[in-house]
Amino acid sequence: MKGMKKTTKDHLITFGLVIAVYIIVQLLITTGHMSSLMQGLLVPVCTYSIVAIGLNLCVGYLGELSIGHAGFMCVGAFSGGLISKLLSETVTNGILLFVIALAAGTLMAALFGFLIGIPVLRLRGDYLAIVTLAFGEIIKNIINVLYIGKDGRGFHFSLSTPVELEEDGLWLINGAKGIAKISRLSSFTIGVILILICLFVVYNLVNSRSGRAIMAIRDNRISAESVGINITKYKLMAFTISAAIAGAGGVLYAHNLSTVTATPANFGYNMSIMILVFVVLGGIGSFRGSIIAAAIMTLLPELLRGLYDYRMLIYSIVLIVMMLFNWSPKIKDWREAHSLKGRLGKKTAKEAE
Amino acid sequence: MSFLTYLINGISLGSVYAIIALGYTMVYGIAKMLNFAHGDVIMIGCYAVFMTMSMQSWPPLVSLIFAVVVCTALGVIIEKIAYKPLRRATPLAVLITAIGVSYFLQNSALLLFGADTKSFTSVVTLAPIKLAGGDLIIPGTAIVTVLACVVIMIGLTLFIKKTKAGQAMLAVSEDKDAAQLMGININGTISLTFAIGSGLAAIAGVLLCSAYPSLSPYTGSMPGIKAFTAAVFGGIGSIPGALLGGVLLGVIEILSKAYISSQLADAIVFAVLIVVLLVKPTGILGKKISEKV
Repeated sequence: MKGMKKTTKDHLITFGLVIAVYIIVQLLITTGHMSSLMQGLLVPVCTYSIVAIGLNLCVGYLGELSIGHAGFMCVGAFSGGLISKLLSETVTNGILLFVIALAAGTLMAALFGFLIGIPVLRLRGDYLAIVTLAFGEIIKNIINVLYIGKDGRGFHFSLSTPVELEEDGLWLINGAKGIAKISRLSSFTIGVILILICLFVVYNLVNSRSGRAIMAIRDNRISAESVGINITKYKLMAFTISAAIAGAGGVLYAHNLSTVTATPANFGYNMSIMILVFVVLGGIGSFRGSIIAAAIMTLLPELLRGLYDYRMLIYSIVLIVMMLFNWSPKIKDWREAHSLKGRLGKKTAKEAE
Repeated sequence: MSFLTYLINGISLGSVYAIIALGYTMVYGIAKMLNFAHGDVIMIGCYAVFMTMSMQSWPPLVSLIFAVVVCTALGVIIEKIAYKPLRRATPLAVLITAIGVSYFLQNSALLLFGADTKSFTSVVTLAPIKLAGGDLIIPGTAIVTVLACVVIMIGLTLFIKKTKAGQAMLAVSEDKDAAQLMGININGTISLTFAIGSGLAAIAGVLLCSAYPSLSPYTGSMPGIKAFTAAVFGGIGSIPGALLGGVLLGVIEILSKAYISSQLADAIVFAVLIVVLLVKPTGILGKKISEKV
């Protein structure tokens, strides 16, 4: 352990933490110490953790706020769900089916991230945030009027009124009713494996040459450009990977429900904000924090039943208080005066004299 | 004739967007921040009118004034508590705070007033005007909305051009530090801007709910985002731009609802925003600002 780099150690702690929690939860389940309600929350926790990791890459390392990540999640959920529904008869192995769906959902979300990223990343700050929001809403709106059906004559696509299908026909995506009867392939184990894969991807990215280029752009775009970093390329890279991870979360989400629909509650603005709360609370730039925050913020309102109605209010207060705590000059002064580290630091400085 | 009816509805809706967009434009011009909570201030204004007029049967005008006072106070308080400490923070922090405030208002309203949609009684009692033998009906709300919008635009332009406080606003939006050196009270000016923007939001909210009489805690968020679109469309920071952007956006929304698809209308409005930002990020009437290194 001694010769190890600090970052490597840090990453191993995160991986270890996830695996340890997984083992503990499995033990709790087998010994019967976990209620079915809590078990039902395990996959959502994994989903939110994954999307939060994706968003954290965008907010923490690219330095751009996206409030449309629910849109990418939606793309992942629907394309993954569509593929697994389509292949459910030909591919009987559940895991293989899920992997195919996952690949499809992730790739589709990455494609959308890439296509949306080209125009969006030309903008900065508030404009970028509002455009990601707009894209999220557009994706949700379009999926709500999208009809894809299959019958003896082949596939049918429609964006407004559905065509009549033949008797043996089947709606794959039925407009606002979404995709029905998706095989429930997601499990806690698959969720945890996905989290580990996502962590591996993002940790490798941020510690690579590309990752350093992305952070250089975040810290000072003009200087980064002047030393020859290709701004568009690296920004697009980070944004696309971030979208792809959100898409993977979406696939996991879709396969945990039998019917997936695009409503404002699951793929709307609210979801994007919820994920943002996880990222902010866990610490912008800290993937481990995102996972912990996602787990706590999802499980806590369930554990304290009375808090459930106040969940959203608490989320909003968390956002405001965290930002004020980090940035308000008065609070900063107070923190410096009262922090344990500061006091210890002063003491040692005095002792040194 | 149906086209004319749609057009009138569009202009009426657009006028509401224009009034909301004014709040965005002014705050963006001065504080250089996107006040995400602006849309939810509208919703609070609507509830203020609903609670006083429908429940306590106050006269419409009195309850409108009450709503304006409530929203003005709310705007100033939000600025003092949430935005002022972050004046030197990164734009990301400010934006996240603004989203938090927006969310806070929505969920407070949800807990206070419940999630059910309330039917809003129109404050406008003007009878509709029938033209062309009853084929073309102009609703009273539309007339009042457009008139209110024009009066507010003229009033605000005069305020900024003719009064000292208005000139101070211009100065602060040009250069904060230089304005401070000239003895302008920066905090006071920013507070005043939030007060005016939020007061206008109350009026816009009441007009919006008079035309579309359903009120829920989420009433404000979509019109808020669309009004921001209008502000960007017309050129952020410009008052005639807000008017132009708002009316154009309202007409686009109503026409696409009528002729393309009612479900895709929102998507089309947002597509307009994206195209505008990519082709002409400064908007129709905005000034081009070159970036300094």
